[in-house]
Amino acid sequence: MAMPSLELDSRYEEKPKLLLLQPINGPFKTALSQKFELVKADESPLPLPTFLSTHCLQIKALFILAPTVTVDSSLLDQLPSLGLVAAISAGVDHIHLDACRKRGVVVTNAGETFTPDVADFAVGLLVDVLRKVTMADRFVKNGLWMGKGDLPLGSRVSGKRVGIVGLGSIGSHVAKRLMAFGCPISYFSRAPKPNFPSYRYFSSVLDLACENDVLVLSCALTAETHNIINRDVMVALGKDGIIINVGRGALIDEPELVRCLKEGVIGGAGLDVFVNEPDVPKELFQMENVVLSDHRAVTTPESFKGVSELVIANLDAFFSGKPLLSPVSS
Amino acid sequence: MDNVGVLVTHKPLPYLEQELVQRGCRIFRLWEVPESNRFEFIQKNSANIRAIIGNSRLGANAAMIDALPKLEIVTSFSVGLDKIDLVKCKERGIRVTNTPDVLTDDTADLAIGLAICVMRRILSAHKYVRSGAWKKAPYTLSTKFSGKRVGILGLGRIGLAIAKRAEAFNCPISYYSRSEKPYPNYTYYPTPADLATNCDVLVIACALTEKTRHIVDRTVIDALGPKGVLINVGRGSHVDEPELVAALVEGRLAGAGLDVYENEPHVPKELFGLKNVVHVPHVGSGTIETRTAMADLVLGNLEAHFLNKPLWTPIV
Repeated sequence: MAMPSLELDSRYEEKPKLLLLQPINGPFKTALSQKFELVKADESPLPLPTFLSTHCLQIKALFILAPTVTVDSSLLDQLPSLGLVAAISAGVDHIHLDACRKRGVVVTNAGETFTPDVADFAVGLLVDVLRKVTMADRFVKNGLWMGKGDLPLGSRVSGKRVGIVGLGSIGSHVAKRLMAFGCPISYFSRAPKPNFPSYRYFSSVLDLACENDVLVLSCALTAETHNIINRDVMVALGKDGIIINVGRGALIDEPELVRCLKEGVIGGAGLDVFVNEPDVPKELFQMENVVLSDHRAVTTPESFKGVSELVIANLDAFFSGKPLLSPVSS
Repeated sequence: MDNVGVLVTHKPLPYLEQELVQRGCRIFRLWEVPESNRFEFIQKNSANIRAIIGNSRLGANAAMIDALPKLEIVTSFSVGLDKIDLVKCKERGIRVTNTPDVLTDDTADLAIGLAICVMRRILSAHKYVRSGAWKKAPYTLSTKFSGKRVGILGLGRIGLAIAKRAEAFNCPISYYSRSEKPYPNYTYYPTPADLATNCDVLVIACALTEKTRHIVDRTVIDALGPKGVLINVGRGSHVDEPELVAALVEGRLAGAGLDVYENEPHVPKELFGLKNVVHVPHVGSGTIETRTAMADLVLGNLEAHFLNKPLWTPIV
């Protein structure tokens, strides 16, 4: 008689455990649950440190759904077996990369999934601000076109000198789009990018601002880039200058931005991100030369689907010892 | 141009008015006259009017031309010629000029900008943030623009500029034109309905003629479909406006970005409450840079004519 096989039937293999600290619902939850056993700290009545010490000492992977949780040394110390932090976003300023690296924890992010949508949004914001689209739409709706009121003329997009702060995936896609609008492109980055010889490199944001009409912020938020847009930079950009921020709110000294807009130090802004979302400085609401949005540069079905597939693919790769698809280098 | 009488049909750019005055022109300000009295005003001053500066709303129609025996030149502050009776001008030997090229980029910039604003709901976002609603509820999804199929009605200067921009967003480009053009990367469709069937964003960028009036009719709107977006930077009369309004209100189109309307400045109020419609008041060339360049073309053409020099941008 043949001995029964002692190999585990793969149907009964335990799914790898995935820790979540934040609520999740919908098709993404379903997709994740099919492959991973979701360990939901947010659904436990236990205080988090107790939950972690009771249930998570063997946890190898943590999924961060939103920047409402900071992954710092203190959290990492409570997850001694952790090997991967999978973030859903492109920005990982809420994840302390050095602390992760020291503990041999790899971090993955959204990679290039969001790039086209964010780049499109940045261009949309710029055209809106320069051509006064939001203002014009309101002018029409308020019946002012019928009256004697005049809508102020906009300013040409074509030919505006555009300075990109951070020529990564998003920055280079913005550059490609605005070049087609006839905008000369220059950039600031930690080092010149040999792949983009036709774009002029500036080694300081101040110099970039001096020589441009528009600044597009598309870099990661780090200790070095925190408040990289300060008053000096805005003065250098000038009274007709426009700032478009699709990076992180804290790239700009926000109170100073409000002051500079109020005083006419710069000409206008298109802002998708803020220092303390969803709080937005109220002084911005009445400014006709400012367009605001609720961190929605990525909110298309394609981006959402793409990033959920990418997160799952990264987790699969991690648990099968294969190369990760979108690791973040610290 | 000393003492040359110029009939200006619309309120001009201050720069243009100043320059006309500086050159000694006598300006007849038609826009200041109530509509019902305008014909009388023209007749009263007909002995002195040798030039008309028209625009996209009022140029030089047959009645006006007939009432102006001294009219020599119509310089349009627009590239479109649909408000000028070109046949009559030719008959009378009246010169006609327009403002091509200088407004190509602005119009194309706006067309793409409108498409992104509509599809990504930028205006809704702005309103949402200002209302304080962001604290209470999460965002809704909008529609990706990159990679969508862009169909252009009319592949002239403006159509090509739109295509160039859309290509940078990885949008496959297709077009309808009177005849196929030598752009192998762009797919030609022999009818507007075929084009609409095969694109996600339909942009109107052709001239308004008898043949293109209502080129976007119910058939084309149906072909574009409930996921389709219409962008009009051409002329309002390119579109059967009541059909467009019905389609948007009933959800048979995904959205529209409109710069022009059949009866400007009237804009169908039924559209005002729709989040998927952006309406701007004919600002395709509405930048200080471009309007100044257009004014320079008008002035250059006028001066050239009255100095017996070759016109800068003649049509007739």
